[in-house]
Amino acid sequence: MKVSRAYQSELESEEGKGVSSEQIEQLHRRFKQLSGGQPTIRKENFNNIPDLELNPIRSKIIHAFFDNRNLRKAPNGLADEINFEDFLIIMSYFRPIEPNMDEEQLERCRKEKLRFLFHMYDSDSDGRITLEEYRNVVEELLSGNPHIGKESARSIADGAMMEAASICVGQMQPDQVYEGITFDDFLKMWQGIDIETKMHVRFLNMDAIALCH
Amino acid sequence: MLPATLPLLGMPLPGEGAGVAAEAAGESVLPPAGLALLRWQWHEVEAPYLVAVWILVASLAKIVFHLSRKVTSVVPESCLLILLGLALGGIVLAVAKKAEYQLEPGTFFLFLLPPIVLDSGYFMPSRLFFDNLGAILTYAVVGTLWNSFTTGAALWGVQQAGLMASTVQADLLDFLLFGSLISAVDPVAVLAVFEEVHVNETLFIIVFGESLLNDAVTVVLYKVYNSFVEMGSVNVQPVDYVKGVASLFVVSLGGAAVGLVFAFFLALTTRFTKRVRIIEPLLVFLLAYAAYLTAEMASLSAILAVTMCGVGCKKYVEANISHKSRTAVKYTMKTLASCAETVIFMLLGISAVDSSKWAWDTGLVLGTLLFILLFRALGVVLQTWVLNQFRLVPLDKIDQVVMSYGGLRGAVAFALVILLDKTKVPAKDYFVATTIVVVFFTVIVQGLTIKPLVKWLKVKRSDHHKPTLNQELHEHTFDHILAAVEDVVGHHGYHYWRDRWEQFDKKYLSQLLMRRSAYRIRDQIWDVYYKLNIRDAISFVDQGGHVLSSAGLTLPSMPSRSSAAETSVTNLLRESGSGACLDLQVIDTVRSGKDREDAIMHHLLSGGLYKPRRRYKTSCSRHFISEDAQARQDKEVFQQNMKRRLESFKSTKHNVCLSKSKLRLRKAGRKKKDGSADKETPNGKPHQASNLPDTAAVILAVESDEEEESDSSETEKEDDEGIVFVARATNEVFQEHKVPGSMDVCPSPRVIPPSPTCAEKELPWKSGQGDLAVYVSSETTKIVPVDMQTGWNQSISSLESLASPPCAQAALRAARPRACAPPRGEELRDPLAALATPAPEPHAGFTFTPSLAKAGRSRSESSADAPEQQELQPLMAPEDHGCLSPGTANARWLIQFNRAGRL
Repeated sequence: MKVSRAYQSELESEEGKGVSSEQIEQLHRRFKQLSGGQPTIRKENFNNIPDLELNPIRSKIIHAFFDNRNLRKAPNGLADEINFEDFLIIMSYFRPIEPNMDEEQLERCRKEKLRFLFHMYDSDSDGRITLEEYRNVVEELLSGNPHIGKESARSIADGAMMEAASICVGQMQPDQVYEGITFDDFLKMWQGIDIETKMHVRFLNMDAIALCH
Repeated sequence: MLPATLPLLGMPLPGEGAGVAAEAAGESVLPPAGLALLRWQWHEVEAPYLVAVWILVASLAKIVFHLSRKVTSVVPESCLLILLGLALGGIVLAVAKKAEYQLEPGTFFLFLLPPIVLDSGYFMPSRLFFDNLGAILTYAVVGTLWNSFTTGAALWGVQQAGLMASTVQADLLDFLLFGSLISAVDPVAVLAVFEEVHVNETLFIIVFGESLLNDAVTVVLYKVYNSFVEMGSVNVQPVDYVKGVASLFVVSLGGAAVGLVFAFFLALTTRFTKRVRIIEPLLVFLLAYAAYLTAEMASLSAILAVTMCGVGCKKYVEANISHKSRTAVKYTMKTLASCAETVIFMLLGISAVDSSKWAWDTGLVLGTLLFILLFRALGVVLQTWVLNQFRLVPLDKIDQVVMSYGGLRGAVAFALVILLDKTKVPAKDYFVATTIVVVFFTVIVQGLTIKPLVKWLKVKRSDHHKPTLNQELHEHTFDHILAAVEDVVGHHGYHYWRDRWEQFDKKYLSQLLMRRSAYRIRDQIWDVYYKLNIRDAISFVDQGGHVLSSAGLTLPSMPSRSSAAETSVTNLLRESGSGACLDLQVIDTVRSGKDREDAIMHHLLSGGLYKPRRRYKTSCSRHFISEDAQARQDKEVFQQNMKRRLESFKSTKHNVCLSKSKLRLRKAGRKKKDGSADKETPNGKPHQASNLPDTAAVILAVESDEEEESDSSETEKEDDEGIVFVARATNEVFQEHKVPGSMDVCPSPRVIPPSPTCAEKELPWKSGQGDLAVYVSSETTKIVPVDMQTGWNQSISSLESLASPPCAQAALRAARPRACAPPRGEELRDPLAALATPAPEPHAGFTFTPSLAKAGRSRSESSADAPEQQELQPLMAPEDHGCLSPGTANARWLIQFNRAGRL
């Protein structure tokens, strides 16, 4: 509690403009609710959210909340628990673009969002989405439908991987090896697609989040 | 300049045709003297004949317009059609001395409008539509109300200011009525223009959605004002105003409800059409039209009804109806809509010629033009400002300009103004003239300039990239992430509700409205995957010829493959990237294992086996001898082959890694096919033609095994086993019936294949999984001349379930043909394999030894089974090339199945 208060005031002083503390307040209330009054949230706390139950990639998403890469703490590994500040950092990935952003900011924003997604796929933090990792994600994505088996998921993942390879590398040499999708490849695949319209949450349409950076 | 004059030259031609028809009508009145050999019965056919002629004229005109790309890239088709209509109208007027063939409101609303609206509703990108529903509704409701009030009031002000001729007898109510009909953006015009402009999809859906949904508001306003006018403004009670407001909700919500109810029925009906596929397209049109008419009958918003019907039913209908029906629906709908649109614009032009309905007033015309532009722009800016407070992606100024400028008026306004009662609205003629001018101005001037404007403003265009599988996957991930974040934050926003809706839909609606088989495989990702595969398959087939030929020449990747132990993707890529195919599209093609099966599907659907057949012929020239029979046979062989693959695909789905293997397969298959074709030629036996595809398939199977090995994982094995087991159980049953038949066909093998052990040693997949058995057996099922008919039937039935992911049912079905094949396939392969042996390719070695490979694999996999396996081998080897008795073949396979099951 103290930490977050301090953080919040820091935020406010940092930018000097009136941060809507109301929204942070709201997030903080939710945070407390999730953590059960504790200063930090553990993984188990997320299991208490009933709405998450049905989400097929629930585990991956919860994972992302504790991912040190997303928390900007370490190049790999998982955090055991996150405090409110971390919580806000994670939430900041979902902030919408703002109308007054310039090109550079837009690009950075876009990259950050994509990096979040990339980290979700790249579960072993080696900077590469390997086929195995991709398959895992696709399997989970499709796990909502009991009639689509793992084989189909695998073939879809394989197809997607092939596609990725053909997009990113183009013509491959016979002895060339495509080990996995790097982040650069990932960006390449997203070229021309408006991610900004897709990865943000209305609730986070607030300056507070933007200030986390 | 020349291209520009082309359509002008083209115009009189169809026009003359129509004139001749009209003259003929005049002649036909003469009674025939005495018994006539021929009687001219124009009157009996007049109405439908005229309709047909008009549509024909319109279509011909379209063809002429599109002869020149330059013209159509600059001038929207709708403009050209209106101009053509004007010219035609002039001719008709000159010939018949009276304006005929005008746009009748009845015809327009009952026949011309529904197809267009249905088309736009059915093919509406529903996700986009619902994502922007808030904005669309705002513009459609608030915007239209605003436009009509302000335009009407401002015009009344102009009249009060004395800027109009005194002959324009209209009071405030009349002007409001006129404002209501002139203010609605027209879906037909918007669609016609915006489809050619290609603005970004958000902008498009907002303008277009608005034009569709504002119909409800327009209809309500029009009816309310009209009844007020008819009642006389003095008699209007305050309660009538309340009723007017209430009717807005009744009409719009009622219309939408009617549409959804019909959508529900439509979806439900198509669920039960399995045995009467032929009426599926008809049902779609009938029920949608019924929705339109029902809403019209209840004086609800018919456009809204049919739009909602289209939007609502699509998902379920598409899942339920067959692939053919889907194509039929699509094309019929597009054809009808395009016809209707063409006719509408043409008739608009013709109607404008009739000066008897006109009464020109410059003040009114200019005032209206000014106000509709001004107030639309104003309204858009105001609403956008409000909306941007809530929108995640704000609409910027450029968007607003396009939206204001894209407010085209069209035939709806014209039809409504024609419907006015002249006795009640004395200024009707003025209104008609003004409406015509407004429609022409918006369609022609704005339609012409919007493209340059969009270019000049650098409006974000829609980039038409192909939908990619990755994109689809990522977007799904996004959806889930967003829903999850909203859950975590505890905020029930848009994503939350969308997620909820999808859950509900999956749990109840889809289950109720979708065919069981369709429901099973219902998944968007899968759909995209499937569609991409079909696309690839088609492109693969299209360029199949040269791929084949080039592939046949070199086999560069062969040596490297055997040593390869990297990820399968690498292998695949290498495979596809090898000299076999040099263009990128082929790499695309290689994407997945379903391609080939999809190709069959495509072929079955289109019925054109043209290219493959030709390709086949070139590969073995002896088939040229008896052209006809040979061609037919080739075709059959090809189809059969394809179908087999399809089935095998189904089975492979239960097995490990299908796509990779298929990819590999295809490549190898092609190469092999080529190579083997040459060798086979001397055989001269007709039925051996079937061997060609067969070998390919076999090789494929073998190769795939290698592949599997490279990325084998425990999990795969486990669930493969389960499913495959079921399939095998059925195999045993079916085999007994099938084998004898197949035996007859077997060509007597003449060469003894190389020793199994040798092949086994060479095989890199020895340590692979145990599911090979099924895989191979399925692949060997390729060609069965005798059972062709049964096989055909089976595969047809299986076509329906082609896309179905593994489930027990599919496995059972697939098991059938598979069961019958193994011995046959084996036998067929033998001569080939023998022939191939001398060839340096490593393939030849293991073409014919799937069972051995199997054995090897299983042995390494579980040591307990190993002895048994080894014992079997000597038995199996002779069987492979000997002319087997049904019994032995049977037994062998039974053993194999059992073993695999145990494994």
